[in-house]
Amino acid sequence: MISGRVWKFGDNINTDMMMPGPALYVSEAERVRYIFQANRPGWVDQVRHGDFIIGGKSYGVGSSRPAALSLRNAGIACLIAESINGLFFRNCVSFGLLALECPGVLGMFEEGQAASVSTDDLTVRNEQTGEVRKASPVPRQLVDLMCGGGIFPLLESQGLIAPLPAKSGKGGTLSA
Amino acid sequence: MGSPILNKILARAGKKPSVAAGDLVVVDVDTVVLYDSNFFPVYWRDPVKVADPDRITVIFDHRVPAPDRGCAQAQIDGRAFAKKFGIRRLHDVGYDQGIAHTVVADKGYAIPGGVLVCSDSHTGAGGAFNCAARGVGGPDIIYAAITGQTWFAVCPTIRYDLTGKLKPGVTAKDLFLYIAQTYGDHSNHNVEFGGDGMRGMSLDARRTLSTMGTELNAEFSIFEPDDLLLDYVRERNPITFEPQYPDADAVYAERRALDLGIVETLVALPDAMIGNAVPVAKAVGERIDQAFIGSCANGNLEDLAVAARVVAGRRVAPGVRFLVTPGSQAIYRQALKAGYIETLLDAGAVVTPATCGACGGGHMGVLGANETAITASTRNFKGRMGDPSARIFMGSPATVAASAIAGVIADPGDYMKGANW
Repeated sequence: MISGRVWKFGDNINTDMMMPGPALYVSEAERVRYIFQANRPGWVDQVRHGDFIIGGKSYGVGSSRPAALSLRNAGIACLIAESINGLFFRNCVSFGLLALECPGVLGMFEEGQAASVSTDDLTVRNEQTGEVRKASPVPRQLVDLMCGGGIFPLLESQGLIAPLPAKSGKGGTLSA
Repeated sequence: MGSPILNKILARAGKKPSVAAGDLVVVDVDTVVLYDSNFFPVYWRDPVKVADPDRITVIFDHRVPAPDRGCAQAQIDGRAFAKKFGIRRLHDVGYDQGIAHTVVADKGYAIPGGVLVCSDSHTGAGGAFNCAARGVGGPDIIYAAITGQTWFAVCPTIRYDLTGKLKPGVTAKDLFLYIAQTYGDHSNHNVEFGGDGMRGMSLDARRTLSTMGTELNAEFSIFEPDDLLLDYVRERNPITFEPQYPDADAVYAERRALDLGIVETLVALPDAMIGNAVPVAKAVGERIDQAFIGSCANGNLEDLAVAARVVAGRRVAPGVRFLVTPGSQAIYRQALKAGYIETLLDAGAVVTPATCGACGGGHMGVLGANETAITASTRNFKGRMGDPSARIFMGSPATVAASAIAGVIADPGDYMKGANW
């Protein structure tokens, strides 16, 4: 079970909003500063570690850029949306951001309320109203990847990628 | 119950008798494509082995030639990776370089009936070749390179039965905008194109459409195989392959008959394409600062040809920057030999080397504050091509070329009269 404070977003939140092109080419710390710069300036100064994003339809449409990693680095613990773009969901699995589809979730929360999610049965709960909904099923292997930091920790544990050099900073906060 | 094309490819690649919507399937990958951005620290981890170097391709495209030291380092790391593992298909800056999806097409790397992954969202471009090609995450690419495998969730398929042919001057880009406008979002579905209308489309046109499948929010876009495409791949790639056809009794989420002859020239208004397209007449007169033709969607030879025909003997309007980026250096050379480049340059266009460039707002034509552009590329999200306050209209190469001449958004039909058309 994890829980956190809710930020609400609407439909079609795209990857360019979370990670505009120029952000790809800057340092990890700077990259986070670009999140929602176009559609919600100032958000990065208010978000706290462990917060949730509740989104609308087609969350994450657009590019394959690692926007899921940016959200994770900004402190987002969980994303729950009415629907999630297939490629963005894939990036959430790849980079270890818990992401769930839950039709009706947008109407379930006001911004600032507390949400909780069970990583066992994928139920979503509003801690203020007590309303509970079940997220759409996700294969267990993918939930485990999302909760376990994504693909790099998996490859690392199998000795298939070289460990990150201790001090170079290469790969930044990618490893879980 | 029969299967659509995608299910048959994924079943074969996953060594299963069949797959159905909702299945999670682990498949063998025929082609893994890496590009320069994969080698940025944000994505990259050094593999200790690769499954098969001959199934891996490295193509530098997003920021080429390197505009800064970070990009230069990514290319150095990419070259070192190719060398370390004996990867022969390295498309470095020079003769064989281009946008990854375009080089994949130029070289026949997308194998009919096969599986191709790349961590760029427009990888679906390879669907034109009857290949299950799609964008995945950066770590997925490293996983696929190391293990030779990846995973897919199987989705239901929407089938388009195309009939008729596009009117003169109406392009596959207009067809995409028509589909995005008429049918909207295709989330959580694959899209399959077939029918006599499809067989009448050139491979360039099919590639524009399969590339733009990403912008329908489709999972995979895939075309039925025909002789045109099978001969094209056979001429370029000696590998043996098994193209996949849909079963006669294939089960689809929906079947849609579409007469290509009803499609008109369309323009998408800024910030979105789905449900945001209008007949060109409604956008005519909108003043522009920049006109761009390029990308994996519209950097094809046919796109350059139509642009050249529109601007032939004319000059770009004062105050407008008309940028043209061929999809690959091979296409650049073909366009040069065909005279298109000279025609474009004489009109005042700036022709850049092959790169993703302006399409992604990375370099080679970044938009400034409050500027307006019309583009024939992949995407017009707010901020996509530069400053978030810039407005980006999306159209066909013909519409963009006509607008560059007019200095305002223009109907290409007005520039296509006479014997040439």
